[in-house]
Amino acid sequence: MTAITPTPDIPTPQAHASLLRRLVKRPLGAISFAFIVFVGLVAIFGPMLAPYDPNKASLQLVLAPPSAEHLLGGDSAGRDVFSRLLAATQVSVAAALLALVVALMIGVIAGLIAGYYRGWFDSVSAWFTALVMSLPGLVVLLAARAVVGPSVWISMIIFGVILSPAFYRLTYVAVTAVRNELYVDAARVSGLSDGRIISRHILYVVRAPIIIQSAIIASIAIAIQAGLDFLGLGDTSLPTWGGMLNDGFANIYKAPLLMLWPSLAIALTSIALVLLANAMRDVLERTVVVRRRRRRAVATATGSVAAVTTSIGAVTGSTEAALDDELAAVKPIEHRDDDRAAARTGEVVLSVTDLRVGYETDKGSTEVVHGVSLDIRRGEVHGLIGESGSGKTQTAFAVLGLLPRGGRITTGSVEYEGVRLDHASEREFTAIRGRRIGYIPQEPMSNLDPSFTIGSQLVEPLRVGLGLSKKAATEKALALLDRVGIPDPKRTFAAYPHEISGGMAQRVLIAGAVSTDPDLIIADEPTTALDVTVQAEVLDVLRGLQEERHMAMLLVTHNFGVVADLCDRVSVMQAGRIVETGPVRSIFHHAEHPYTESLLAAILDEGPARPPLGLSTEGALR
Amino acid sequence: MLPFVLRRLASGVVLVFVISVIAYTLLYLGGGDIARRILGQSATQETVDQKAAELGLDQPLFAQFWDWLTSALQGDLGRSWFTGQLVATGVSGRLAVTLSIVIGATLVSAIVAVVLGVLAARRGGWIDSVVQFVTVIGFAIPGFLIALYLVLIFAINLHWFKATGYIPFTTSPSGWVASVTLPIIALSFAAIAAVAQQVRGSVLDALSRDYVRTLRSRGLSMNRVVYKHVLRNAGGPALAILALQFIGLLGGAIIIERVFALPGLGQLTVEATSAGDIPIVMGIVIVTAIIVVVVNLLIDIAQAALNPKVRLS
Repeated sequence: MTAITPTPDIPTPQAHASLLRRLVKRPLGAISFAFIVFVGLVAIFGPMLAPYDPNKASLQLVLAPPSAEHLLGGDSAGRDVFSRLLAATQVSVAAALLALVVALMIGVIAGLIAGYYRGWFDSVSAWFTALVMSLPGLVVLLAARAVVGPSVWISMIIFGVILSPAFYRLTYVAVTAVRNELYVDAARVSGLSDGRIISRHILYVVRAPIIIQSAIIASIAIAIQAGLDFLGLGDTSLPTWGGMLNDGFANIYKAPLLMLWPSLAIALTSIALVLLANAMRDVLERTVVVRRRRRRAVATATGSVAAVTTSIGAVTGSTEAALDDELAAVKPIEHRDDDRAAARTGEVVLSVTDLRVGYETDKGSTEVVHGVSLDIRRGEVHGLIGESGSGKTQTAFAVLGLLPRGGRITTGSVEYEGVRLDHASEREFTAIRGRRIGYIPQEPMSNLDPSFTIGSQLVEPLRVGLGLSKKAATEKALALLDRVGIPDPKRTFAAYPHEISGGMAQRVLIAGAVSTDPDLIIADEPTTALDVTVQAEVLDVLRGLQEERHMAMLLVTHNFGVVADLCDRVSVMQAGRIVETGPVRSIFHHAEHPYTESLLAAILDEGPARPPLGLSTEGALR
Repeated sequence: MLPFVLRRLASGVVLVFVISVIAYTLLYLGGGDIARRILGQSATQETVDQKAAELGLDQPLFAQFWDWLTSALQGDLGRSWFTGQLVATGVSGRLAVTLSIVIGATLVSAIVAVVLGVLAARRGGWIDSVVQFVTVIGFAIPGFLIALYLVLIFAINLHWFKATGYIPFTTSPSGWVASVTLPIIALSFAAIAAVAQQVRGSVLDALSRDYVRTLRSRGLSMNRVVYKHVLRNAGGPALAILALQFIGLLGGAIIIERVFALPGLGQLTVEATSAGDIPIVMGIVIVTAIIVVVVNLLIDIAQAALNPKVRLS
């Protein structure tokens, strides 16, 4: 069966109230809806309007072509095709409706009972559903027909039973989802009877998905009913679309037009029903998506405004837009290099100049990075620090050419070891990523492909990128796993991602990033998702590898503890811009920008006491 | 892996048994006076009783079913009431035809659906809109209507194929291909639509996963990531839909065979249904149930091969 899976987001009643109005605003929705109404009207009034008796045969009319008197001609028995089509619409629509109503009654009621009360009825229904779904509906129908004989109505009642699991599942899922909601509890506590709760609260929620499913089920019922009559297994005394199609097909050589009318009726009605269902789903889902997105936008906006207002006294109360304007002209505060930073680093490997990143959306483009410049030297660990949404990860993705769909570098340049990357092709990037720039992601578990072993994910880039043999790649991968501190490399190599811990997974990802010997590592909050104790170990591994290989590293973080521990230089990012940049010590001791000061103050005030430089202060800026 | 397969196999056997109990009860109880129906109204009560005894219909239903079940387990599904032909012979002779178009349609729809689904998910834009629209229409139009118009266009007007008839593969491989091409196309439409929608959805979902970006950051090309990693992760839900479609195709084949006059299980079903030939109908129900169980088992094994979590549970 083609049951649509219920949407997890159950639309709220308000969304439903104006469903029809919003539906007809969509062209396909309006056309389909109008057509369904038209078919319904024909089904009700058609037989009254029929110019002739649909069953009256006349010899003159056998396979007659269309004429003024007989608009669509005559069929093989000499009956008026137009009158028959009108009468058949009534029978076919009624038959489909019968199947739909039976399926609705059984499916919804059983779903409500099974979902609300659970218990034995739940198990029996689940079993029955599995049973019905395991045989083709048509085979069951034909087997039943062998016993009960050729009755359209009995066939459609049986078909309704066969279709009922589609509604059962929908209702069941929705009911089990809402039965433990607080408002249902509240209703129960306030003494509402189960019957009232079901009809007032639960039925209300499943109404919309059921309407959508009904349109689809109706189209399936139309098709199956027509199919049954087309096979000649229906009641031949009743005019139906399928029966007319059968007659047309039998005379396909003599009167090909005869087939056209019933097939148009079947096809257009089915298409209209399915398009209507689609349009309804679009309307409902779109509402949900927009509402959720808006809520999230409000949350981030208030969050960042709150952060800004608490951190910077000067701009208290200003909105983000005003902040943007204020910051637009401001150049980052640059600290002069101290001896320590200069001694540790070599020539510039990555040079980002006035980088701007924009996203194309339905409503034009939005810029998320507003002109960022930074240089990273060989052997340097450069921290990029800022709160969530400040554009640090976007900057990192832009360098890697891995911006999400819709995002692109609008202006500015990215130069890596003398090669311009800001408009490099996918092919050029494929050659540079991995071999020359490595990437360590934030969330360890979601960044490993769950369907492949750890080993195969480590070996694949080595074979594809470096052209190593399988044996050499395996050896190298095992050695790397050992180097990043995994206790039993062989076991982890053969394991699937879900079989290892988050800390282990992050070590695996670090091993993967350095496996192809890149000169630059971009680490995007590499310890944020880890337990505090594991963080320190992972940072140790990272620092060790960086020093060993004298790699440059861009370390994206929101944690000054991590910066103090690992970095040589640091750039502070706020609202898509760098506000202050320089050697770590200088920034720590002589921060000038109020935002930097507030970030630093946040560790000192709220964070745990920080003995030697290095122990991370997770959560200080969250 | 083996315990997993055995467990699925056991539940399949239970399912077939339950279906046979229900089908037998309904078919044999619901049929009324079967011996009378076979012999016609003019037969004397004496001959009717004699016929009933001959068919074992005078036994209690449980004894009848026990007889049927014990013979069925030895491969004997009884005889047709009207032609006297062995049900097993009749069904197995037709099975090859039906399976060749149903399996053909399953393969065609799997391949086409993956191509369309991946294309729509990766390219987006107007290609996505076109694929979505076409799949909605393909889903909505009943397969037998498509079959009728394929016959009208490609067989009757263009004469590219013969409108009706079946040529066994052993007689002529090219003739077989020609005789099953249109039926397979007609049958595939709805399945392509349903599976392509699912593939598009699960590929989009898999593409948005973090590991895709990480794999690309390791220097793997987008094509490689899509065809090796994304498709494998998107494969599970798509296979589940394909299994459902296979059941639908078995039913759809009944009507399609009628259109193309293919001597398959569908034709046999229609004939047995109109004649009320219960042993044949019963045989068809059981064989269909077994096919469905076997296919679901194969799909389960494929799922386990794709997804390590399924394998371990």
